[in-house]
Amino acid sequence: MTTLDSSKEIQKNNSEVNETHEDFRMFGLITFLIADGMTFAGFFAAYLTYKAVNPLPDGAIYELELPIPTLNTILLLVSSATFHKAGKALLKDKNSNSQKWLFFTAFLGIIFLICQLFEYFHLPFGLTDNLFASTFYALTGFHGLHVTLGTLMILIIAWQSRINGGRLTSQNMFPLEAVELYWHFVDGIWVVLFIILYLL
Amino acid sequence: MTISIDPQKTNNESLQPKGWLRYFSFSLDHKVIGIQYLVCGFLFYLIGGTLASAIRIELASPMSDFMPRDVYNQVLTLHGTIMIFLWIVPVVNGAFGNYLIPFYVGARDMAFPRLNAVAFWLIPPSGLMLVASYFVEGAAQAGWTAYPPLSITTPQSGQIIWILSVLLLGGSSIFGGINFIATIIKLRRPGLKLMQLPMYCWAMLGTSLLVVLSTPVLAGTLILLSFDIIANTGFFNPVLGGNVVVYQHLFWFYSHPAVYIMVLPAFGLVSEILPVHARKPLFGYTTMVFSIMGIVVLGLVVWAHHMFTSGTPPWMRLFFTIATAFIAVPTGIKFFNWVATLWGGKISINSAMLFSCGFIINFVFGGITGVALAQVPFDIHVHDTYFVVAHFHYIVYGGTVFIIFSSIYHWFPKVTGKMLNKKLGILHFIITFIGFNLCFAPQHWLGLNGMPRRVAEYDPQFQFVNQISSLGALLMAISTIPFLINVFLSVRNGKNAGDNPWNALTPEWLTSSPPPVENWKGEAPLVEEPYGYGKEISEQK
Repeated sequence: MTTLDSSKEIQKNNSEVNETHEDFRMFGLITFLIADGMTFAGFFAAYLTYKAVNPLPDGAIYELELPIPTLNTILLLVSSATFHKAGKALLKDKNSNSQKWLFFTAFLGIIFLICQLFEYFHLPFGLTDNLFASTFYALTGFHGLHVTLGTLMILIIAWQSRINGGRLTSQNMFPLEAVELYWHFVDGIWVVLFIILYLL
Repeated sequence: MTISIDPQKTNNESLQPKGWLRYFSFSLDHKVIGIQYLVCGFLFYLIGGTLASAIRIELASPMSDFMPRDVYNQVLTLHGTIMIFLWIVPVVNGAFGNYLIPFYVGARDMAFPRLNAVAFWLIPPSGLMLVASYFVEGAAQAGWTAYPPLSITTPQSGQIIWILSVLLLGGSSIFGGINFIATIIKLRRPGLKLMQLPMYCWAMLGTSLLVVLSTPVLAGTLILLSFDIIANTGFFNPVLGGNVVVYQHLFWFYSHPAVYIMVLPAFGLVSEILPVHARKPLFGYTTMVFSIMGIVVLGLVVWAHHMFTSGTPPWMRLFFTIATAFIAVPTGIKFFNWVATLWGGKISINSAMLFSCGFIINFVFGGITGVALAQVPFDIHVHDTYFVVAHFHYIVYGGTVFIIFSSIYHWFPKVTGKMLNKKLGILHFIITFIGFNLCFAPQHWLGLNGMPRRVAEYDPQFQFVNQISSLGALLMAISTIPFLINVFLSVRNGKNAGDNPWNALTPEWLTSSPPPVENWKGEAPLVEEPYGYGKEISEQK
C-alpha cells in the first residue's frame, strides 16, 4: 500500500519541527502496577471468600506461625528504606554509595526469599493438603515470584550504576526510579498479604 | 522531564521492510500494527465462522448426526474463544485503536511503540496455540467460560493449552490497554483539550481502563484453574473442598467488563462514522463522554447477573439487578444521541452508513433483551437457554461486528487510498442484515420455549425454527464472499479516493491517504471541533 520514500520524508519532518515529548514511562509503569495489583486483589478476594464460606474440613491442618513472616515484613520494610537511600545517593552523583545501598537492598531481598523457603519447608502442610494450604502457597508463591524478579532487577541496576561505564547516572535516573517504585509496590503487597494471611 | 526525539533513531526505524513485507515484520509503525491486528483478526474470524457454520449444520437436525457430542462441545468452545479473544477484542480495540488514536491525539505514534509491537506479536502464536489445542487429546470442551468442575474433570491437555493461550491473549490485551491510556492522556498534541477529542478516544480510554482493571483478575483465575488441573490443588474442585462459585465470581469480574471491552469501542467508532455521513455534528458530546465513563464504572459492579442461578443470596440478586438496570440509562443516552445525530441530517446511503444503521437497530434489540435478562425471575426462566445466545449475538455480532464492517468501509480509503465498491458493499450489508436477523431472532423464541444452549441434541418440536436459524447462518457465511471480492478488487484497481473522500473533519483525514510514515508532514493539525459539520468549510480551515 504505502510506498513512500520514508527516509527522506522523516528527515524533512524532523528538520522542520524539533519535537520533544513528556517522559511518560513512569506513567506506563504505574498503569502496569495497577493491573498487577488487580491480580493480587483477585487472589485476596478469593482467599477471603474461602475464609467466609468454606469451613476447614475435620482433621485438616492449616496453622501459621508468626516469627518468620514478621521478620520478613521487617526485612522488606528496611529494604524499601535502603533503596530510597540508594536513589538519594545517586541523585548526589555518589555512584559507589548508591551501588552499595543497592547491593544491600538486593541482599535483604535474597534473605527474604531464603526465609520464605525455610518457612515452606517447615510448615506442617503441603500444597495440595487442603484449600487454605493451596491458597497460602499460591499467594505467597506469586508474591515470592515478584520478589525474585525485583531482586534480579535490583542486581541489574546495581551493575549499571558502576562508576566507569555504567549507564545509570544522576542524569538518567529512570531505571532506578522504576525499579524502586516496583519494589515499594511489592513491599506494599506483602504488608497487605501479611495482614490478610497471617493476622486475620 | 522531557525526552527529545532522536532523529537518528527514527531513521533506523525506516530501515524496516517496505511494501507488503512490512506487515510480516516487527514494525513499530502504529498504522502497520493496526493493519496487522485487522488482517490477523479477520483470518481468525473466518476460522471461527467456519466453526459456527459447523454448529448450525449440526443443529439443523435434532440428533447429533453431523458430529459426535463431545466434538460439538469442543467446536462451540473453540468458536466462542476464537471469536471473542482473537477477532472482536483485538480488532475493535487493537486494529482501529492503533490506527486511529495517534491521529486523533495528534501524535506521530503510540506512546510505547515497542510494547505495541510486542502486544500484537503475542496474538498469532497464541492463536495458533488455541487452534492447535483442538487437535490435542482432550480438547477444551467447557465453553469459553471454562467453568469448573467440567473444565478440570474432563481430559485436560487441550484445556491447559487453551488456558495458556488465553493468558497470553490477556497479556497482549493489557499491554495494549496501558499503551492506549498513556497515548490518550499523555501524548496529546499541545493545545488539544480532553473535551475536544473525537469520541473514539473517550471510548478507548474507558475500554482500556476496564482492560487494565479486570483482565489481570482473569489471568489470576486462570492460573489457579491450571493449578487445579496440573498440580491437583482444589481451588475450584468441590471434591477437594474447593468452591466453584468463587471461580464464577472471578471469571465474570473480567468477563462482564469484557462485554464492554467488546462494545464500547464500537460505540466510539459509530460516533465517528454517523456525523460524517449525516453531515451533522455529533449530538450531545458531553453527555456521550459522561455516559461512556458511567458505563465503565457500572460495568465493573454488575458481574453477578450472570450467576443468578448459582445460589446467589437474595441481597446479591437485588444489588446486581438494580446495578444492571442502571446501565441501560447511559446506553440509552447514547442511542438517543445517535438518533438525534441522524435527525434532519443530510444522510448519504453508503455501505458504512448502512452498517452503522444496522448496528443501531440490532443493538436496540440486544439492549432490550439485556434489561429483560437482568430481572431475576425472567433470568431464572431463560438461564442457559437460546434466549441468552440470541441476546449475546445481538450485542456482539449485530453490534460490534456490524461496526467493524462499517469501519472497514469508512476507513478503507484512508488506509489504501482506494475506494471500495459501493454496490458490492450494499449487497454485503443486505445479505448480512437479513442473514443475521434470520439466524438469531428465532433463537429468542427457542430460548423462551426452553431449548438449552450448548447441547448438540434437542427436542424435535424445535426443528423447524432451528432450520430457519441455520438458513440465516448460511446467508451470513455467504455474505463474506462479496466483502472479500470487494476488498481484493479494490486494493488492486479501485477508484482513487483522494485524501478526504468523505469530506470529514476528524484529524486522520487532514493528512494524505495513505498517510505518510509518522503521520504528518510538518506539525500535527490542531482540530478543535472534530464534528463541526454544517458550518462553512472555509470557516473550519
